[in-house]
Parts: sequence; structure tokens; C-alpha cells
Amino acid sequence: MDDDQLIQKELLPNEQSPTEPTRRDFLYLTAAAFGAVGVGSVAWPFIHSLNPAADTLALSTTEVNIGAVEPGQAITITWRGKPVFIRRRTPKEIDEAAQVKLDELRDPQADKDRVQKPEWLILVGVCTHLGCVPLGQKSSDPRGDYDGWFCPCHGSHYDTSGRVRKGPAPKNLAVPTYKFLSESKVLIG
Amino acid sequence: MGQKGRAEFKNPVIAWVDERLPLFSMMKNEYGVFPTPKNFNYFWNFGAIAMVMLITMIATGLVLAMNYAANTGLAFESVERIMRDVNYGWLLRYVHANGASMFFVAVYIHIFRGLYYGSYKRPRELLWILGVLIFLLMMATAFMGYVLPWGQMSFWGATVITNLFSAIPLVGEHIVTWLWGGFSVDNPTLNRFFVFHFLLPFVIVGVVFMHIWALHVTGSSNPLGIEMKTEKDSVPFHPYYTMKDGFGILVFLIFYCLFVFFAPNTLGHPDNYIPANPMQTPPHIVPEWYFLPFYAILRAAPDIGIPFTKIILISSKLAGVIGMFGSIAILFILPWLDRSPIRSSIFRPWYSKAMIVFVIAFILLGCAGYNPADANLTLFGRDTHIPWLWIARVAALYYFAHFLVLVPLFAKFEPRPELPPSIHEAVLAKKNNGGKPVAPAPMER
Ligand code: HEM
Ligand code: FES
Repeated sequence: MDDDQLIQKELLPNEQSPTEPTRRDFLYLTAAAFGAVGVGSVAWPFIHSLNPAADTLALSTTEVNIGAVEPGQAITITWRGKPVFIRRRTPKEIDEAAQVKLDELRDPQADKDRVQKPEWLILVGVCTHLGCVPLGQKSSDPRGDYDGWFCPCHGSHYDTSGRVRKGPAPKNLAVPTYKFLSESKVLIG
Repeated sequence: MGQKGRAEFKNPVIAWVDERLPLFSMMKNEYGVFPTPKNFNYFWNFGAIAMVMLITMIATGLVLAMNYAANTGLAFESVERIMRDVNYGWLLRYVHANGASMFFVAVYIHIFRGLYYGSYKRPRELLWILGVLIFLLMMATAFMGYVLPWGQMSFWGATVITNLFSAIPLVGEHIVTWLWGGFSVDNPTLNRFFVFHFLLPFVIVGVVFMHIWALHVTGSSNPLGIEMKTEKDSVPFHPYYTMKDGFGILVFLIFYCLFVFFAPNTLGHPDNYIPANPMQTPPHIVPEWYFLPFYAILRAAPDIGIPFTKIILISSKLAGVIGMFGSIAILFILPWLDRSPIRSSIFRPWYSKAMIVFVIAFILLGCAGYNPADANLTLFGRDTHIPWLWIARVAALYYFAHFLVLVPLFAKFEPRPELPPSIHEAVLAKKNNGGKPVAPAPMER
């Protein structure tokens, strides 16, 4: 093959028809696809290294003694660096929570689906709006219009089941996974 | 930069270097003889001032970093140690903390200059876009810097702002966990914020370089907004503008020093001298003043749904996030929203007035962001019963309407007076008129 022929074959391969895919197009595409997979697999370790590390994940359970909490009282404990509210509800509070009609709620959920034992309400104490800690744990705190919690940051009100009733928060206070180890011990996480 | 020829140098060492790497020629072309419009006003000082602030922030930041410990157990103490024990630590920290504020003062004025005199228009669109990019990077840098002292405002500011990303449908929660490196703002978060706070200013330096490169390709605009045509329209950058910039920088530094030495904590929040407590939110979280207008837009958004039904299409949280980022994103496309061929507000009877209302709306947004979410406007000690929330909503609507409605409409329908034939002639006419600007001849299009 002389130079002219080589140029014909290699550099002007689309002579036949500009629309018909050629072997060269195929090579470009496969090279690009392999390149993309390569870049992705190199990028992933960098991206994933920013996700929670194994020791952070290992801190994910906390055991709490709730023996000393009287009805009407609440305690706050730390779980995964966040506050968890444990409130021992009074019969009145339980009643209030159970009476609410679901279609009045922004994030409809029945009280019985949010507790294991009606007396013990256990919630992640982080406002679902932008993450402030709502007030209402201490007896001197404002508890909002629904007797639960009030978030001072942008004014969200939560009821005695920790469901959002007013304000910008889109969701109810989250219920963490937990299990009662005994009458007076609960394991969060 | 520009493709100008090499200069002659008498000093043999300089000439030797310049033949091999034309650094000195470049300095001479770009900052010595560089032709610059002769009619700049003081608004044209703020680019140089911003540059001085960037250098100040990097210099003070570097030495602060040598005594700072990016660990939740140590950070607060290490900043207090800088304040009390490190030689001149108090000065360096106050210069850095107030420097962030001054940097934003300069950049806000610089951006206003661009808006008012139409500097963003062809052929300077890319120059403008690079500027908006610098503004975004500065905001990210300042936000992460404010987290470093690990006080109550640091912690809760970081919590509220990172939680914004949870508004993104489906992947929001994962993104937030990824940003935090855990399940709340904690040690991994502080550590990476320090790394980014250290890195981003150098990225800013890179973008500033491109910003100035682009400026030196098109040349500067000027208060009249007409291009330079002949040599008579310009003066060499040195000594005219090196002197004027130098003067402006000195005046600005005096203003800056008043804060550093006489009111170093006025622009900060006292709660940031309380160590971070993840179990207790301060009653009223406010960001630094330079974020307040955007914070107000964030909080102003209502649920967006189908009227008369309970169906919500976009929650107020997501709408707020879109509004906040959108308010900056809109600046990127401004050169294409404003198709008026006239740059300067001096020759734009409608746009110039709209700009004044725009500035008022922006300041009102700032005031709304400063007040608690459910507060009313009080005037002379009296409650007016006008909620700040509503003021913020009206002002935010105006902010967007300015760019999306008024600017495109004005481009079409605003009367267009005849522009002066050249900078030189306009300057002379003004001089002959006893220093008062000559009213442009009104002429319908
Ligand atoms: C774009 C430039 C920069 C801006 C806008 C900026 C902004 C800030 C802000 C607002 C703070 C919090 C001040 C306070 O209340 O204490 C801060 C702290 C800090 N910055 Fe920067 N910064 C910049 C550049 C840098 C650089 C380049 C470094 C390091 C090389 C640095 C290192 C630090 C350190 C160590 C702190 C913590 C000490 C302290 O709180 O005073 N900064 N920065
Ligand atoms: S964070 Fe609770 S209302 Fe905004």
C-alpha cells in the first residue's frame, strides 16, 4: 500500500457514506465507554471515602436506662451524635395523640405506628425542617400549640406523638429503631 | 494575556530573563502602559480592593492555620489560644474574621458596579460569569471558615445549611450523610471543612487570574459604557490608576481598621463564643451578615401546590433551596436576559430606577433575614403588625421579577437616548459644563 492509499483508508474512512457507521466509529464509542468506566472506578474511592467510616458506623447503638423516668418526664440522650428524646407520656398525652384524625396531618401516621409501648415515645430530636433541636424536653420549655415540641429556628410545632402540625417542617420527628431489653432498659439503634 | 510585543529593558539581567520568559514585558503591557478609559469613577476601585482582601485573607489564614486544630475536642480551645497566647494571634484572627466581611463589602459593591453600568454585556459576558463563580466560591469558603471556631453559631449554621441538601428528592438524605461523613455535623465534617477552607481560596486565585485575563482581552468598560475608540479616550494604567487604586485601597483599609481595632466583634455573633453543643440549639440562628439576603429568600418560600387542594408539588423547604440557589444562578444568565444595546444606567432612564428599587429590595431581604422567622416589623419602637415574612416574600418576588420580567422588557421598550460620540468628547463637554454631566439628548428609537 502506498501512502496515498493509506491516507485513503485510514484518514478518510467515511468516503463510502457519511451516515453509515464505520469500524472507526465503533472504536471511538468503545474507547469512550471504557474511559468513562475507568474514570468512574477511579473516582469512586475518592467519593466514598467521604461517607461515614467504619468506626463512625460502629457507634450506632446506645443502651439507655429509663427506670428513673416518671410519667410526664422526658430525657435526652445522644445517639450517633444526635439527640434522642425519650418521653414517658401521661395518659392524657397518649389520648391526645390517639384522637387526632389522620387527614389533619401533613405527614399522616397513626400514633400506634410510632410507638412500641404507648407510654414510651422515643424520637430522634432533630427537626425535619433544617435540623435544629426542638424545645419541649424540660418542663420549663415551650411545647408549642400541640403540647409536644416547638422548634425555635423557624417555628415548627410537633404534637404529643412527635408529628408535625404547624410550621415549615415537612415530616414527623423520626422514630429510631430501638428495642426494649427489659422493663427499664432500651437499646437505641 | 494580550498578544503585545516584547518591551525593551536597559537592565541586562531583566532583559536576559525577559527574552526567555517575558514576565517583565507582560507586567509592562498589562499594568504599565495598558490603555484604560480615562473616565473611571470610584466604583472602579473595588476590583483592586477585592484583590487586596484576597491576599490579606490568604496571608492571615496561613498563619492562623499553623495554630489551629481541626478537631471537635480542640478547635474552640485552639482559637481561644490564638486569641490569648499566640503572639499577635488576636490581631491576625480579627484581621481574618473582619477581613471576610470587608471582602464581601468590596465584592458586593463591585457586583453592583457591574449591574449598574452594564459591565456584564457583550463582549464581557465570560468575564462576568467568572466573577459570579468567584462570588460563589467565596460564599462556600466563608461558610466553611465560620464553622472552624466551633462555637454555637458555627455548629448550628453548619447544621442548618448542610440540611438544605436533604430537600433534594430521593437522594437528599444520602447527600447530607456524605457531606457530614457521619450522621450529624461532627469531627469528620469539621476536618473536611478545614481542608476545603484551606483549598478554595487558592482555587479562587486561579479563577481571579482568568477573570483578569479576560478583562485584559476586552479592556475595561467605564461609567459611560461606550468603548474606547481613539487614544484620546484612554490613559496608561500606570501612573494614573495605580495612584487612584492606591488611594482607594488606603481609604478602604482605614474603614477596615476601624472594625479590627475598635469593633472587632460587632459583625460577629456573641453566641459563637459559646462552645458548640449538639444537644442545644440557640434560640435564634443567624448567618453572617453577608448571607442574610439569601437566607431570607430561603425562609420566604411557601409550600407550592395546586390551589384549593391539599396537594403540595414543592415543599416550602425545597422551594426555599431552589429560590436561594436560583437567586445566584440567575446572575450567570443575566447577559442574555438583558438584550439592551446600552450598557450604562446613565443612558437608561428606566433601568437606572429599577436598579435603585432592586438595591432597596436586597437590603430589605437582608433585614428580613436578620429578624427571627415569626417577627413583625417594628418602627420607632412600635409593632407595625407587618410580618417580616411578608416583606421578605415581596422583596424576593421583586428580586426575581427584576431579572426575569423588568430587565427583558426594558431591553425592548425603554427609550434610548443618543450616546456621546466618544469618551473624550463626553468628558470635555462635562468639563465645559462646569463639572455637571451633560444631559443626553433624548431621542426615541
Ligand atoms: C477567600 C478567602 C477566605 C475567606 C472569605 C475566609 C473566611 C473565614 C471566616 C469567615 C472565618 C471565621 C472567623 C471567625 O469568626 O473566627 C475563618 C476562619 C479561619 N480561616 Fe479563613 N477565610 C479565607 C481564607 C483562608 C485561608 C487561605 C486559610 C488558610 C490557609 C484560612 C484559615 C482559617 C483558619 C485556620 C480559621 C479558623 C481560625 C478562626 O476562627 O479565626 N482562611 N475564615
Ligand atoms: S429547623 Fe426546625 S423549624 Fe426550621
